[in-house]
Amino acid sequence: MTAAERPILPKLVGERIKRREDPRLITGHATYVDDLKLPGLLHLAFKRSDSAHGVIKNIDTSAAEQMPGVELVMTGKQLAEILGPMPIGTPFPSPDHYAIATDRVRYVGEPVAVVVAADRYLARDAADAIEVDIEELPAVVDPEKAMQGEPAAVHEGFENNLAVPYVPGGTGVDPATMEVDNSALDKAFAEADVNISQRMTNQRLAPNAMEPRGVVAHWEPGKEQITIWSGTQNPHILKTMIAAQLGVGQHQVRAIAPEVGGGFGCKINIYGEEYTAAAISRKLGAPVKWIEDRSEAFMATTHGRDILAYVDLAAKRDGTVTALKLRLIADVGAYNMLLTAAVPTLTMLMLNGTYDIPVVRAELTEVFTNKTPTDAYRGAGRPEATYFVERAFDMLAHELGMDPADVRRKNFIKKDAFPYTTQMGAIYDSGDYETALDRALQNAGWEQLKQERDQARAEGRIVGLGLAYYVEVCGLGPSASLPTGGWEHAGVTIERDGRITATTGSSPHGQGNETTFAQMLAEQFGVAFDDVTILHGDTGVVKQGIGTFGSRSQAVGGTVLMNAGEKVKKKMAKFAAAMLDANEDDLVFENGMISVKGSPGSGKTFAEVASFAYVPVPLPPGVEPGLSDEAFWEPENNTYPFGCHIVMMEIDRETGEPRLTKVVAVDDAGTIINPMIVDGQIHGGLAQGIGQAMIEEVVYDEDGQLVTGSFMDYAIPRADDLPWFEMDNTVTTTPVNPMGAKGVGEAGTLGSTPAVVNAAVDALSPFGVKHVDMMLRPEKLWRLMQGGGA
Amino acid sequence: MRRTHIQVRLNGEDTDLLCEPRQTLLEVLRDELRLTGTKEGCGNGNCGACNVMFNGRLVNSCCVLAPEADGAEVTTIEGVAEGDHLHPLQQSFLEEAALQCGICTPGFIVAAKALLDDEPDADADRIRHWLAGNLCRCTGYDKIVKAVQAAQGQSQEAPTR
Repeated sequence: MTAAERPILPKLVGERIKRREDPRLITGHATYVDDLKLPGLLHLAFKRSDSAHGVIKNIDTSAAEQMPGVELVMTGKQLAEILGPMPIGTPFPSPDHYAIATDRVRYVGEPVAVVVAADRYLARDAADAIEVDIEELPAVVDPEKAMQGEPAAVHEGFENNLAVPYVPGGTGVDPATMEVDNSALDKAFAEADVNISQRMTNQRLAPNAMEPRGVVAHWEPGKEQITIWSGTQNPHILKTMIAAQLGVGQHQVRAIAPEVGGGFGCKINIYGEEYTAAAISRKLGAPVKWIEDRSEAFMATTHGRDILAYVDLAAKRDGTVTALKLRLIADVGAYNMLLTAAVPTLTMLMLNGTYDIPVVRAELTEVFTNKTPTDAYRGAGRPEATYFVERAFDMLAHELGMDPADVRRKNFIKKDAFPYTTQMGAIYDSGDYETALDRALQNAGWEQLKQERDQARAEGRIVGLGLAYYVEVCGLGPSASLPTGGWEHAGVTIERDGRITATTGSSPHGQGNETTFAQMLAEQFGVAFDDVTILHGDTGVVKQGIGTFGSRSQAVGGTVLMNAGEKVKKKMAKFAAAMLDANEDDLVFENGMISVKGSPGSGKTFAEVASFAYVPVPLPPGVEPGLSDEAFWEPENNTYPFGCHIVMMEIDRETGEPRLTKVVAVDDAGTIINPMIVDGQIHGGLAQGIGQAMIEEVVYDEDGQLVTGSFMDYAIPRADDLPWFEMDNTVTTTPVNPMGAKGVGEAGTLGSTPAVVNAAVDALSPFGVKHVDMMLRPEKLWRLMQGGGA
Repeated sequence: MRRTHIQVRLNGEDTDLLCEPRQTLLEVLRDELRLTGTKEGCGNGNCGACNVMFNGRLVNSCCVLAPEADGAEVTTIEGVAEGDHLHPLQQSFLEEAALQCGICTPGFIVAAKALLDDEPDADADRIRHWLAGNLCRCTGYDKIVKAVQAAQGQSQEAPTR
């Protein structure tokens, strides 16, 4: 086929290209951890604590050990002989945390023993046969009481249960010495026309990826190597941590994230079950498997959010906000996991919101309680910040009788003020907040909605409108902001047949990186989409990597992929130049050909150039054979995507049941590679954000028992809970990376949650309601309508 | 444990197997027959990831004991496509990108097929109500409902961007 006969390849970047992951997923042929089977595979089951807090007096494993098919039973103390306390990724002092509790239990669901058996049933039966004698201690459940040391100490050496005692930040705080000067803060509040003061909670959530966690570990005695398959967001971090915990070299560990069924932050942490599986496989020299059941997922997979705030806002009568102060108390549960302590610091970082507020102060305290540890959950600290700020701004709007949109517009950071350094120390890269606000108001038909609401009220219906604006910190990030390193890695190879194979350290779990990254590379090289393959998730194939979290795949992983591609492209041009007897700078890559500019008919196909590059006779001077290269890259700053979410809600006067009638989202994630995938990411975020506002809440009783331990008690949104989503976007590129992409994985959760609560408060405002804590349980709303407290 | 012989007409083929009386249909499909497209999301009938057709009815296979399937006709996600030809629902899920991580998707497709086989003209509210037995944490359901509508060949009533 001559160049003239070759089809012109379509544009790829920015197009709604169908996901190449989907054919295997819609036919049931994808392989998740639980779908793996190895010869001689043994199964683990954990015996878990029924008590929230207590001293382990005795564990009787004899009955379990005698059951046929049981290979091994280990208590925490026995396991601790081969497995030390688990590492964390934050710099704060932290109590020892063993994969299986050794002497005390500190939350319901904490493992106390593990069983290894020939099948999953036997392992479960044997775990049930273990008798654990626990001397109960008072359960620490209320974080504000816990801060006073009541009713007990969760950990020795952590006075008043303070995981992180006191971190001040913002205006008047010297970041070097942490010395605090209150003069500006006091002055602003003293001179304010209006003060808003409200205690708000951002309740505890269960991430609930629909695939529970799971791990298969296979230590091969002959090779002295372990392969570990895990439903993880970051196989390279898993590899590093497993090597460290087993005391082996990193060359002895291969970590594989196969198809991963959702993560939402809870599969960043490396868990005790993963370390235990690895240690036991090594001890037995046999492959072992553990698959979490949903009940375990509720109690033993990290929870999210759970932070309360005392919010004070000072403003002038014209709506200008002059100061914002938050005292934050995070209930982090029983232990520090990988990023536990860091998540609330992101709440602090983002407290300026999208506003030019001259004085912003936050004080953060993190508290241990007898609950499941918290860690990242979609948004990880930023939805919490957005919620507090956006609720406070709505309360101000209500107090002043202003349109909520106008209060925000009045205080926005102006689009010519970027890069903008906030009082909290973030450097916002770029933004055009008014344009997205205007677009959202227009798309929603804001003025008409207000009329509809007023009309409905006049008819006696309970209808409210809610608007929220957000800015997020994404594209994590420079290495200074991530203990794992803030870079990403990519490799690009032109195969001998001219096809492109690339590796990425951004290991996806539903984000569609195989598609978006192939779109980018295909366009970079001017080849067909189908001629590019993206490999990920296997440390035996992908040399280095960090992983997929913090909305970083596109901004960081995408950029480094382009960089690696550029290196290979340059080298390929040298080979092509030699073949075409041309100058490499005069070549164009298009339609699967490399040709001299202006004479496309003279070109060589990728297969021809690759064939020459791998058998280069003669080898062009100064060039090595082959076509493969790699790159590392880290951004100099994070990205700061933003957007506006608007919802309309009607509450049933008789039952208090709230129902969303409209959801409008305008998001700005910078450059978009595949709008279809971006829409999906925002859809999912909206659903989770709405879920938090309306129906999701992890509840513990006063004894520290988990009340919401199944989908019967913990609601996540179902298809009939949600309306259609009306989507749109603006594009404000970031200067932080060459593509201008900011990231979008978490965005949907940010604006939707406060928008829904703002709508509920608006709906209930005729009853004198100024604030209601999440979630919006019908009974709670009904009581408010009867004039009672929530 | 003593194993029981059962015979199932599975995805159109007569299949003999031995199972333990306490095994669920889900486990037998996955572990004994290696049909791993059917997923366990909760193990107690709340999420629909294990949906299969059982004698023409949509069931959660995690809540069916395997011996109950003796003599039954069972269709799993692996039996939805006809050879290499995707079912219209599979095709529309592909076109609409109505999935992300994919773990719940087999259940959704089996459940949606059950609906459309009985009620080809189901409207959006009916589709949402029917699919409320299936949990998805990734998509917010918007594209799933659109995909089901697309498979019906009916015009979408949803607002688009």
